Amino acid sequence: EKILSSSGRGALPLSSPSGASGQDKDPHSSVLTTTAGCSSICSPSPSPAYPPESAGLSLPSCSQAAGRSGTPAVLITITGYMKIKKPDAMVATGVLSSVQNFLRKCLIAVLSYGPMPNHIAFIMDGNRRYAKFRSIQQGAGHRVGFSTLISSLLYCYEMGVKYITVYAFSIDNFKRDPGEVESLMQLMEEKINGLLENRSVIDEINCKINIWGDLDLLCEPVRLAAQKLMASTAGNTGLVFSVCMPYNSTSEIVNAVNEICAERREMLQREHAGNWDGHDANNSVHSEISVADLDRHMYSAGCPDPDIVIRTSGETRLSNFLLWQTTFSHLQNPDTLWPDFSFRNLVCAILQYQRAYPYLEQNRKLAKKQL
Amino acid sequence: MLSRILWMLWSLLFVTARRTQLRAVRPESLPRHVAVVPDGNRRWAQARGRLTADGHDAGCRAVELTVRLSREWGIRVLTVFVFSLENFGRPKAWPPLHSLSHSPSPDNIFTLFLNSLNLKAEVDYLMAMIERLIRDNLDEYARNGIRLHVIGDASRQPASLQSTAREAEETTRSNSELHLILAICYSGQWDILQACRQLAGEVHQGSSLLRAEDIDEALLAGKLATSVVGTEVACPDLIIRTSGEQRLSNFLMWQSAYSELYFTDTLWPDFGEEDYLQALSSFQGRERRFGTRTASEALSVAEKAV
Repeated sequence: EKILSSSGRGALPLSSPSGASGQDKDPHSSVLTTTAGCSSICSPSPSPAYPPESAGLSLPSCSQAAGRSGTPAVLITITGYMKIKKPDAMVATGVLSSVQNFLRKCLIAVLSYGPMPNHIAFIMDGNRRYAKFRSIQQGAGHRVGFSTLISSLLYCYEMGVKYITVYAFSIDNFKRDPGEVESLMQLMEEKINGLLENRSVIDEINCKINIWGDLDLLCEPVRLAAQKLMASTAGNTGLVFSVCMPYNSTSEIVNAVNEICAERREMLQREHAGNWDGHDANNSVHSEISVADLDRHMYSAGCPDPDIVIRTSGETRLSNFLLWQTTFSHLQNPDTLWPDFSFRNLVCAILQYQRAYPYLEQNRKLAKKQL
Repeated sequence: MLSRILWMLWSLLFVTARRTQLRAVRPESLPRHVAVVPDGNRRWAQARGRLTADGHDAGCRAVELTVRLSREWGIRVLTVFVFSLENFGRPKAWPPLHSLSHSPSPDNIFTLFLNSLNLKAEVDYLMAMIERLIRDNLDEYARNGIRLHVIGDASRQPASLQSTAREAEETTRSNSELHLILAICYSGQWDILQACRQLAGEVHQGSSLLRAEDIDEALLAGKLATSVVGTEVACPDLIIRTSGEQRLSNFLMWQSAYSELYFTDTLWPDFGEEDYLQALSSFQGRERRFGTRTASEALSVAEKAV
């Protein structure tokens, strides 16, 4: 079978991802070439399993894509090593990818017989370790992580998961090396702007994007881009994708407490203006603060609690992520690093959740009766 | 003869393995604060065909063992999640006769009535058992330098338990080797809520002392129930949950932000020295970064803060 490398004739122009799937190219050969733009998200076109693309870096995407499609990885990896600045080309056979699609849809249909989670939260850990193992630059690990994020998002959408939350950046991460923080911020700005410009993915899945966190801590361009993205997708009614950046659950709770206190103060001031029974009003107001009040002031107001929290790279801690909301979530910590997180890992996660579901559901119902 | 030799060899191997395990746990890097969610008493009793009450009694003995071991190994604070606010809602006390499932669905009002009686009976039994636990061990705690704290919603605790708890806290006030925190009628959400109410009260009472905008993490952390042991060790380093459930269930919500979680399939009454050692050695094998790049960087950041 013919194999086209990234330097071969199969390379198509960078322009648009949606026009790039070359299914109609050559019916006689068993080779299918698809390309995607450098800085764009992979297109949710009907043919391929959502291949990850990394922005402008040939090596990881080629070796990953090759691993996925099963074509000889060696040739493509070698080409990748030569760092050819052509568009990323992924090679797969047409038959293979349609079989993959069909199998995936079957698997999803089988899984749907059991209880499916409504909200999955990811702690995307392991990008730097991935970069270290593959001896590439650290920033590249984060880029590959981003493409894994988009492909996981699309897999979840296919499975019918309505809410997805990811832990992109913690307030504690500001304590890291300023160079690394700077590169992360640049990456985020680039990706947010990329999403703003190229809306095919968002529109396809009718995605509403929220950005949770203390946005004042971000630098100006990132904050503006984030606010613009939120505003432009505010009206969408499909999948809800929440990015926690920069986020700490403890600061979210403190923020909620601040808002409640300010709200109560205003209420009291209005009451004072009405009648002078100040002391009694004090007591009655404070005993009324309830869990529902705090829920209302959290960043996640309106979203249901996560059903599953997946932390990749095997660490078993929450690291200040959604502490208030994950009381009855099933915590999972697979050993795979985040850039290696694939459809298979997601299926395993959902199977584990389905196994624990009866007990989780019972405890959730009991708790609701109490609080 | 041969079997005897084999048995001796086996026990020698076992003892050596235990000694190696004990040596493998480094005393200088033990967690300062360990929190335990003792889950699985009912399942333990069910598996042995005994009453749930026996399961809870066995659980009590496991708690006593864990306290003793923690003190011997130099752990500073041990928190045990004895009774959750959510436990008030559990439907069935005794193992159901007709099914083995965890969640029997009451199909008529008579079963509901029986369930509620069972539930109340179990809660009363548990409260009496906790009181007995405190009372029986008080002398030992007073002698061995263990200081007792009881945290939780006092309005839900029976009056006799409250008075026993206050008495025990008074008696052990001067001890400082091990702080034992019993979380009775406690939940993480309740803890944060009561801290929030306290702060709201302060904001309104002394109008110039505290403004809503001044409330920060340190202030809120100081109002939480676990701050009785001081803010430095209030957050657990390691949380152990038995019986295979991979959830936090509203335990130490705020304080568990950076805790290492350890889940084990052992049921709580079976949790002994080996399991505890395994949990500790697993803790020592982990690299705690607190958001920075490496553990050493985390340490240097912490030193700069101090």
